[in-house]
Amino acid sequence: MNRRVLATFLAGFLFSVGLGVAGMTQPAKVVGFLDVTGNWDPSLAFVMMGAIAVHFIAYRVVPRMGSPLLAERFGIPTRRDVDLRLVSGAVLFGAGWGLGGFCPGPALVSVTGGARSAIIFVGAMMGGMLLFQLVDSLRAARHQRSASRLAADT
Amino acid sequence: MLEIPVENFTPITASIGGALIGLSASMMLLLNGRIAGISGIIGGGLKLPAGDLAWRLAFVLGLLAGGGALVAFYPETFAVNIDRSTGALVVAGLLVGFGTRLGNGCTSGHGVCGLSRLSPRSLVATITFMSAGAAMAAVVTHAFGGSI
Repeated sequence: MNRRVLATFLAGFLFSVGLGVAGMTQPAKVVGFLDVTGNWDPSLAFVMMGAIAVHFIAYRVVPRMGSPLLAERFGIPTRRDVDLRLVSGAVLFGAGWGLGGFCPGPALVSVTGGARSAIIFVGAMMGGMLLFQLVDSLRAARHQRSASRLAADT
Repeated sequence: MLEIPVENFTPITASIGGALIGLSASMMLLLNGRIAGISGIIGGGLKLPAGDLAWRLAFVLGLLAGGGALVAFYPETFAVNIDRSTGALVVAGLLVGFGTRLGNGCTSGHGVCGLSRLSPRSLVATITFMSAGAAMAAVVTHAFGGSI
């Protein structure tokens, strides 16, 4: 098997076990963390701190290597601007996270546990992603049309 | 006064799990050169033509295989102990799917990878989705008695 594919599989496996050990797969824990007005459970802040503590170090070292070990080049996001899409996307995502208690990774992992709620959630999440793609491509097509109309007018 | 329910507070397993997530994201960066943002990995795979389909699929299969290992050795981590109707789950899933694509990331891509590289976009996104999540969770607790 391709070493890059195998390495990515192992990274996914490790990520999944991390989510499970951390308790991210338990919607009650997620909601208990998000709802600061109830019986607040700060555990999930420790998940984020643990992950960042490790990954922050990797970012100080790895990108200086020039290229990753099993791929040709790095594909790290470089945008630094904050726009309306970013903020409105985060608002929608956060609302769904607080409503269902699942974010994308833990939801996928929970499907293996067979919970009906995780299966319904993941199905709808895929639907939401496809819906975004549809809306986004329609929007791009409209932009293109109005741009070419503008060019024809002038 | 703020009371933390001691029986639910699990800082040690949370930190260990978090460190494993950080290790996985670091593996992705070192070996594959990509960030471990789940919504981006799935969403990018749903696009036609899909870029780098092989590794995206491999990551998702790894997530599912890890889920299988958890089922075998730590099944209690799949306890779904909140009360949500099918309708609420569908709305939540749609919001998460649409929102993560519109905002270019979720808890992993912005919250872990983005904050680790001190990205201002990810900081704004993380503060925003945490606040929106807190607001929604509070509404469900207080206006719907915790079950919706």
